[in-house]
Amino acid sequence: MRPVLMTYTKNDIINFCVLMVLGLVIIPTFIKTEYWYTSILIPWLCLALATIGQQIVMGYTGQLALGAAGFMAAGAFACFNLILRVPELGFFGSLIVSGLIAAAFGILFGLPSLKVRGIYLMVATLASQFFIVWMIDKFGWFKNYDSSGIITAQDIVILGVPFTTPLAMYLIIVFVVTILTLLAMNMARGSTGRNWMAVRDMDIAAESMGVSLLRTKVQAFAISAFYCGVAGALFAFTYLKSLEPVAFDIKLSFKILFMCILGGLGTINGAFIGAAFILLFPVLLNSVGNNVFHGAIDATIISSIEQVIFGLLMIVFMIYEPLGMAKLWETIKQKIKSKISKK
Amino acid sequence: MVDELLFFMEVVVGGLLAGTMYSLVALGFVLIFKASATFNFSQGAMVFFSVLAFCGFMQDFNVPFVFAFILAALLMVVVGLCTERFVLRPLMNASEDTVLMATIGLGYVLEGLAQAAWGVEVRRLDLGIGDFPVPWIADNLKLFISALDITAGLVATLMIIGLFLLFKYTKIGLGLRAVADDAGAASSIGIPLKHIMLLVWSAAGVVALVAGCMWGARAGVQFALVDLALKALPVLIIGGFSSIPGAIVGGLIIGATEKVLEVYIGPFFGGAIEGWAPYVLAIFFLLYRPEGLFGEKIIRRV
Repeated sequence: MRPVLMTYTKNDIINFCVLMVLGLVIIPTFIKTEYWYTSILIPWLCLALATIGQQIVMGYTGQLALGAAGFMAAGAFACFNLILRVPELGFFGSLIVSGLIAAAFGILFGLPSLKVRGIYLMVATLASQFFIVWMIDKFGWFKNYDSSGIITAQDIVILGVPFTTPLAMYLIIVFVVTILTLLAMNMARGSTGRNWMAVRDMDIAAESMGVSLLRTKVQAFAISAFYCGVAGALFAFTYLKSLEPVAFDIKLSFKILFMCILGGLGTINGAFIGAAFILLFPVLLNSVGNNVFHGAIDATIISSIEQVIFGLLMIVFMIYEPLGMAKLWETIKQKIKSKISKK
Repeated sequence: MVDELLFFMEVVVGGLLAGTMYSLVALGFVLIFKASATFNFSQGAMVFFSVLAFCGFMQDFNVPFVFAFILAALLMVVVGLCTERFVLRPLMNASEDTVLMATIGLGYVLEGLAQAAWGVEVRRLDLGIGDFPVPWIADNLKLFISALDITAGLVATLMIIGLFLLFKYTKIGLGLRAVADDAGAASSIGIPLKHIMLLVWSAAGVVALVAGCMWGARAGVQFALVDLALKALPVLIIGGFSSIPGAIVGGLIIGATEKVLEVYIGPFFGGAIEGWAPYVLAIFFLLYRPEGLFGEKIIRRV
């Protein structure tokens, strides 16, 4: 147990326990409406998981990548095909293997990062986004020769028990997300994460200290794509409940990029904060539009305003707090603490 | 045999001319990159914003064609002014990646504003140039080439010659090049950075407007223009980020290659390989010549 608990303080463990009680006991007992599970909690956790993937490659390793949705698509369709063709694997087995398949794509499209960085890398990763979605769309095998274009996702069955109610699906997601988040935190704290950050902060210095750039970057891309793949599979099977390549378009990639940047680059909790913000803000804006203005404002205008606000926030954060909401939260906490101790 | 050759020629020429459309978008990127080493991700949004405003002035307020164009161009100057003042100046000392992310945000703002002001439905834009084969060329050369493509090609060529002359032979151009080389040194010898930035962003805005008119006349003025503009990125990688001739050559290469691939190889894979072929081509360029055909070698080896 020691290496797993390394460098975690008592506070961290208390936080973890509180979150677990909140996620597994309090939320399931008090929230009974399906809307909360199907429209908020489930997509939030799925997208937060994908954002962790984006964080690994962008926040920790400093590689500007813009193809998260492509890897999500790879994961989702891999999972669909595995459940269809290799039912022996079971749901979790399929989930892991589909993550690994996405990771293979991540390695392939992460290779350009060895030669280029910044905007150049962004263009190279865009190739993955367009290529993966096109490939799934054009080769019928991936969609089991379904001509309608939209395939219904299979029900999740684990050891013969169907998990089809929103609450059951939510519990599965909490389980997967918890494990993967803990893993990500451990990687980020350990030597793996230190290598990533060394490459991010100054690659030449990292290389001269003996950090292999090839290994570190490819590893980051693979792990990132694994997270995105698993997130994509969960997203398709629990939130969309259908599989269509169009759902994983470039817009979703941008959304995840925004979650990552606004949440705070190089933080795991930033992924959750960012995902919650990007997901909840439109809901809030819509309810304001409906309740305060009683539908006087057109829905398209509301969605345009939402876009403007996201853009403005992005600019404002880049200028005043490039480390995003996670850092902002830390600062606020510090200020409150120092005020209390002064008194 | 002759027919096949003619068909091939037609595909190539069509691709080349369509490529000039990409060049027009790429030109805006190059202008800003050349003067400030900033990669302006919002160029695609600027294309969408400017042409939607142009259509809006013409169709909603019945402003005549020429005045609407001037109004839209002025609007782009205002956008440039605001960008310089509220986005670029506070980020003067920030890293390249930070500025890049801020321009992604700027793109979102422009897209949102355009849709809030002018609506989301597809608008038709009639420039008075038909998107059908020119009869004279069809009769004499047996090639079917659209008049719009030819116009786009001519406009792109003219703009590129104009901008090239501006950069090479005028005092402003010299200032622009000085700022691009070293902004700090340029401002210390008295080159007004603010004015240079404003000028460049306004010029990029007008280029975006022209590009938007060409694209809008072909495909309708709609949100998809933003995605189309993303294809200017591989164009830039092939041509080089800081080269105006590179933008046009890159556009031509992308345009011709994607059409040839689509027509001759696409059918084996169910078509629509246009969507990703340019990006894969760009990756190959990145592996062998990362600075592009005409770019300066400024990429850091990693």
